Amino acid sequence: MKYTVVYSLNQALRRLLATNPDVLIMGQDIVGAYGGAFKVTKDLSKDYPDRVLSTPISEAAMTGMAAGMAMRGLRPIVEIMFGDFIVLCADQMINHIAKFRWVYNEKVQLPLVLRTPMGGRLGYGATHSQSLEKIFMGIPGWRIVAINLLTDPGKLLEKAVEVLEPVLFVENKWLYPKQPYPIQNGSIEGFPVRFEGQNFPTCLLSTGDFEDADITIVTYGGMAGVVLEAMKELLLEEEILCEMVVPTHIKPFNINPILDSLARTRNLLVFEEGTENFGWGREVIYQTSQKFSDFKITPRAIGTRNFPIPSVKKLEMEVLPQTEDVIRAVKSMLSERILR
Amino acid sequence: MFLIRRFEERVLKLFEEGILFGTTHGYIGQEANAVGIINHLNKNDFIFSNHRCHGHYLTFTEDVEGLLSELMGKKTGVVAGRGGSQHLCNGHFYSNGIQAGLLPAAAGVSFVEKYKKTDNIVTVFIGDGTLSQGLTYEVFNWVSLWKLPLLVVIENNRYAQSTPIEKHLAGDIRKRAEAFDIHTTELSTFSVEEIFQEAERIIQYVRLQQKPTVLILNTYRFCSHSKSDDGRNSEEVKRWLVNDPIKLLVEKIEPNTVKEIEEKIDHRIKVAEDFSRRAEFPTLDPLDLDQMMAI
Repeated sequence: MKYTVVYSLNQALRRLLATNPDVLIMGQDIVGAYGGAFKVTKDLSKDYPDRVLSTPISEAAMTGMAAGMAMRGLRPIVEIMFGDFIVLCADQMINHIAKFRWVYNEKVQLPLVLRTPMGGRLGYGATHSQSLEKIFMGIPGWRIVAINLLTDPGKLLEKAVEVLEPVLFVENKWLYPKQPYPIQNGSIEGFPVRFEGQNFPTCLLSTGDFEDADITIVTYGGMAGVVLEAMKELLLEEEILCEMVVPTHIKPFNINPILDSLARTRNLLVFEEGTENFGWGREVIYQTSQKFSDFKITPRAIGTRNFPIPSVKKLEMEVLPQTEDVIRAVKSMLSERILR
Repeated sequence: MFLIRRFEERVLKLFEEGILFGTTHGYIGQEANAVGIINHLNKNDFIFSNHRCHGHYLTFTEDVEGLLSELMGKKTGVVAGRGGSQHLCNGHFYSNGIQAGLLPAAAGVSFVEKYKKTDNIVTVFIGDGTLSQGLTYEVFNWVSLWKLPLLVVIENNRYAQSTPIEKHLAGDIRKRAEAFDIHTTELSTFSVEEIFQEAERIIQYVRLQQKPTVLILNTYRFCSHSKSDDGRNSEEVKRWLVNDPIKLLVEKIEPNTVKEIEEKIDHRIKVAEDFSRRAEFPTLDPLDLDQMMAI
């Protein structure tokens, strides 16, 4: 069995069911060998038929049910089949789950995890390819965690189930069949990596040995691989050195690793798969600029362009941000510096 | 019942005097519903209520001080002034102001009680207006399918805020619940005794059969939806007033006893009001919710 992202998540869920009798999984079509649209819960119901439950196609009710379960001490994990469907849960997430603990004056806790696949690149079209986590970033009360290939996704899921606040757990679906990068002698693909934080680590990767680099690129989720490809090309073709900062806890996020990298590079690019306008990237730039003002050039954010995501591959690639977009932006930013 | 009536009347007065701010949704006229049902529940059972929650809350908790303090936004309130009139939480009592919003949470709690094999049941109060929310039927479908011990009380006061039932509801309420194969009872009465009697049977059904049930109570609200937003024809309201549940009750009690009860209740509300007026306003935590999350 290959250690893919799907396998890692599946095994984590199995461990959670085995070790914590309060864990319960709900979702559409998640039982049996079918195991959900992306097979993350494959075969789990065989051993835990009372705690792995297929539900009606009622996302809002399922989210609210999980709230009730969490209020009474269970640890529900909800699978929303496609991240796009999360807007069906929005009232429960925003007007209920996000509010209960604080508005009820800390009398209740809601330790629940809402897992969902986000992202495109698979030709699923406008309503099955979006990265909608940004909608919930401005809502106090939720944690948002995103898996990537630099950190073990299953371990991250186990940590998400441990915390006492509700967690929106974002799985970039493009990653499911991929394998997390092996880490050898503190390096990924030959480049040194550092991790900051225990439960929800931020990964830093440098093509300049953490000594010197031209730019810091902050990204999360499935985009880390896209950025890493760009960094390799920038190194080989242009001799441009980059540092990548990849938080797993994206809201709120730990700003320190970004500041740490900026102290070396003094240049910032943020790259995400959510739509660029009003996006996470711009929030990162704002928060960073409150603590760091010594930028060589104005930071930039790149994300998905302002179109619904097309089904046809050619157009989908044009709308979603690609490796070439990172390369182009980095080169353009650095040439701006040279021109000055 | 007297407590609810007097409390709600006092609350409206305090709004007029500018002591209260924000909003409130009065329960005047519907008192027999809360009293008839909730008196069969025990403290381990659960209640999920809605924007019009004062009557349910007072019947379940008798916490006059907490509720009045909460309405005044004081530290001594049920949830320390954070929730206000429609966001209460005390023991096993919860309310929120979104139509149908708490139905799934109520179903989730009833799942846990069944799963843990307690015999606690969950009661959720909704209104006729809630019957136009899709989520209502997601939950009806689900609780029937999973056989969850949930009592859904529909207090049909014939108005969704200001819109009369003829303008917002098609078909038959009873058939809607029965379509999901949910055991359904309908009562058209303002008599607390009649509701009390029927509720006993229904609550026992939910507890013993471990199945959902719907209780439709056809009722009427004598006060405005909120503070002073009553567009109803005053003749219509007057016609319904002959059914006043308090009046029906008073007819059966010695006048002296009624007087005693009223005096006792007025005193209790006065004590709660003095207490609440003296109480402090809450302060905000120095750290916000994002800052409090360890990463």
